[in-house]
Amino acid sequence: MTEQKTSINRRSFLKSSALAGGGLMLSFTWLSAFKLPGEAGKPDVPNWIEVNGYIKITADNVIKILNPNPEFGQNVMTSLPMIVAEELDADWQKVVVEMGPHDSVKLGPQFTGGSNSVRMYWKPLREAGAAARTMLMQAAADTWKVPAEELTTNAGLIVHPKSMKSGTYGEFAAKAAVIPVPKEIKLKDPVKFKVVRSSQKNVEGLKIVSGKPLFGLDYKQEGMLIAMIVHPPAFGMKLKSFDASEALTMAGIKDVFLQKLYPDGFEQGGFDTRSFNDMLVIVGKSTWQVMQARKKLKAQWEPAGDIKDIIGGRGGKKEVIVPGELESTDAQHKKMQEFASKPAQQLRRDGDPETAFKNAAQIIERTYNAPFLAHNCLEPINFFAHVTAEKALVAGPLQAPGWSEPTLAKLLNLPADKIEIQMTRMGGGFGRRAYGHYLYEAAIISQKLNAPVKLMYTREDDMTYGIYRPMYTAIYRAALDANKNLVAFHVKGGGIPEHPIHANRFPAGAVDNYLAEGWQIPSNITIGAFRAPRSNFNAAAEQSFLDELAEAMGKDPIELRLELLQRAKEKPVGKNNEYDADRYAGILKLVKEKSGWNKAENKKYSRGIAAYFCHNSYAAHVVDLTMKNGQPYVERVFSAVDCGIVVNPDAATNMVQGAVVDGIGNAFYGKLTHKDGAAEQTNFHNYRIIRMNEAPKKVEVHFVQNNIDPTGLGEPPFPPVFGAVANALYRAYGKRLYEQPYGPQIPQQTMPDVKRKPVKSKLILNKRRAQ
Amino acid sequence: MITLNINTKTYNVDVDPNTPLLWVLRDELDLVGTKYGCGVAQCGACVVHLNGEAVRSCVTKVSRAEGQKVVTIEGLAEKHDHPLQVAWQEVDVPQCGYCQSGQIMAAAVLLRENKNPTDADIDAAMSGNICRCGTYLRIRSAIHAAAELQRKTT
Ligand code: FES
Ligand code: FES
Repeated sequence: MTEQKTSINRRSFLKSSALAGGGLMLSFTWLSAFKLPGEAGKPDVPNWIEVNGYIKITADNVIKILNPNPEFGQNVMTSLPMIVAEELDADWQKVVVEMGPHDSVKLGPQFTGGSNSVRMYWKPLREAGAAARTMLMQAAADTWKVPAEELTTNAGLIVHPKSMKSGTYGEFAAKAAVIPVPKEIKLKDPVKFKVVRSSQKNVEGLKIVSGKPLFGLDYKQEGMLIAMIVHPPAFGMKLKSFDASEALTMAGIKDVFLQKLYPDGFEQGGFDTRSFNDMLVIVGKSTWQVMQARKKLKAQWEPAGDIKDIIGGRGGKKEVIVPGELESTDAQHKKMQEFASKPAQQLRRDGDPETAFKNAAQIIERTYNAPFLAHNCLEPINFFAHVTAEKALVAGPLQAPGWSEPTLAKLLNLPADKIEIQMTRMGGGFGRRAYGHYLYEAAIISQKLNAPVKLMYTREDDMTYGIYRPMYTAIYRAALDANKNLVAFHVKGGGIPEHPIHANRFPAGAVDNYLAEGWQIPSNITIGAFRAPRSNFNAAAEQSFLDELAEAMGKDPIELRLELLQRAKEKPVGKNNEYDADRYAGILKLVKEKSGWNKAENKKYSRGIAAYFCHNSYAAHVVDLTMKNGQPYVERVFSAVDCGIVVNPDAATNMVQGAVVDGIGNAFYGKLTHKDGAAEQTNFHNYRIIRMNEAPKKVEVHFVQNNIDPTGLGEPPFPPVFGAVANALYRAYGKRLYEQPYGPQIPQQTMPDVKRKPVKSKLILNKRRAQ
Repeated sequence: MITLNINTKTYNVDVDPNTPLLWVLRDELDLVGTKYGCGVAQCGACVVHLNGEAVRSCVTKVSRAEGQKVVTIEGLAEKHDHPLQVAWQEVDVPQCGYCQSGQIMAAAVLLRENKNPTDADIDAAMSGNICRCGTYLRIRSAIHAAAELQRKTT
């Protein structure tokens, strides 16, 4: 195989540093500056030569690779630099990794989300590594006066076999840094990878297990104040008046004030969602003092009424009316039922679904519901800010600094180049930290106080003023002919405040007559991305429905899916089908094999299967359910994933295992409800998170081996867990569950610790399932 | 003034005696390895050792720790090489990592009391610690690995 060639001259990040002549770069971050009491600081400030934006090398051959993307547990701090090291041909064990600054010119989009980190950085990082290697070799060739083609490299060493000359990258770094970037460079053939595709340990492992300050909440600066915001007690309320006299007398309290987040008429970016615009701020010296004093803050609240927001972004500027109603979950359910029977927006139509349903021998119709979910990142929302008249330093957990910076610049009235955003390790993200409102809140508070401030949300603040996963519902209908062939498929989904439908996903493309529709109900409850947005609901509903359909058609659930995929491959229906039928079928076949799907010895489990495509990758799970103390328990899970080339297999396995555990937890327990606008769950005593005793004994993860460029992993394994759990619960109880979370729906009679024979579910003909 | 003995060092702090130990560690002493996750004894992110017992520092008044022996993640082993810390890296447990110091501190008490814990022992001892990223399987493996390491070295 020939090596891949690539043209790189467009890429600004590859431009050699302006620090010509081996200029010195001082590397100094708050982490190295932060000394623990009694622990000697490490004045690790060697003279770095910047070869390109991602790579710095010292003359004595210490190689540092910058991780461009925010780390929230998906392992980019390790996996992304591994990609650079691969093409650079550096000795991974000796590479020093550091979180990069926010600098999109040098370091690209710097955005964690959409399972995109590895996918979007795959090529640029390979090119950065390969370009640096080429330049280092050129520098050696010039020095030794030999043709560059005669040189090879080996783990940070340049060798000229003919003359037996060799030298380290460090020796040539200064010279390489001023060599023009080559117009064309060769990338390695993936079969020759040494670092990529090998399991490497988390580069921050030691720091994590020894309690080093890595997270936003750990960030500290001399004279820093702690700020908290007292928000209205419910969505749809606003502040009427407040009395801070008692709070201000409390120890450590510096100030209490009211401040707007966005000025009137402010045009919000697409990720500037915030729950409330008025901030009642309380500031003090220490966290506990502020927590105590805020209890003494007397505030009166009143209904806010409808609010007008101006939202900018891709679709152009539009006005959005946020309704003022104080919403309750029961009423929301009723409203959703009402909307579900009204005409909706058509999202995709193939063939003639109406006629097909009219002529059907049998129609299966089911309705699925799911609640709001709170992200509940274990590190609550927080951010540090120090804003002065000239500049701003902000630091903390943030998924998309590049999205937040323009808004921050506008709000602070500072040019973007006077704003420094430092990305700390995040104690979870799951989509929540793509919304930068808390960074703006911190910065505005700091600007007002002219002091360094850390804004902190308590767990209760974090849970009750979220940017939640929306509340969803969907009706799935399937039409069978007299021979039990699937002739039409219809999905109509809605939500508060957005619908969940991905119209061009499977089984679109596999059914002659297909209709997808969506509708939505506006709400003042703020929503946003939550690990695999929309997919996390669809995979539950659609994959449960397919399971029920297979049963009605008298087919094995895996075989039904494979047949449909075969159809989608050979004679695809319609256009724009998002998925690759072969890759989709591949994970089903793999999970079938690895789980011993038809093996007699596995019959003791109640088994559920589900598979899903989202975020460019494919994942399937077989869930094996047993009974433990009379409760359903997912004892084992087999997972098959196709995400292309896997950069760091053990870390990727960890992420899939985590997605499985997260999926089981949310499928069984995840739920956020509202009463008169107020969240009813406020902390982990009434918002149930999966715990150790509920986690499976085994989650066996298998990756499809191929040479496809990486397609993303953080989200894809999450959604199908819900469907697999639902299907396993059906096998255990003989009753289909349609409402999430499943935990409270499980039949309450104590189950014997033996598997029951599933009761054949009654199919309802041409009639909506009674709610 | 309250005198505290933390990780064998003595500290004098001037705080309200009702202040939870968690906030004294984090805000006053810069020992930020002990984490805040819930503040109401539900998540275990704040677990420290008080006279060798695992306590949730978010609900432990600093006055209760006065004159007692407190150990935090920073002081679990001087060189950060407690069998659990070694095993945690070997098994590559963490995802985001935020819960892990609490997990390790809780596991350390289990491992001291029970040299060879079963899965069931681990489930019972560790169910007070939430890992939102879902690293439970690896926590279990790492505790087993640490138990083995401990057997080998002692
Ligand atoms: S912070 Fe103490 S148990 Fe959660
Ligand atoms: S590793 Fe993220 S909460 Fe445990």
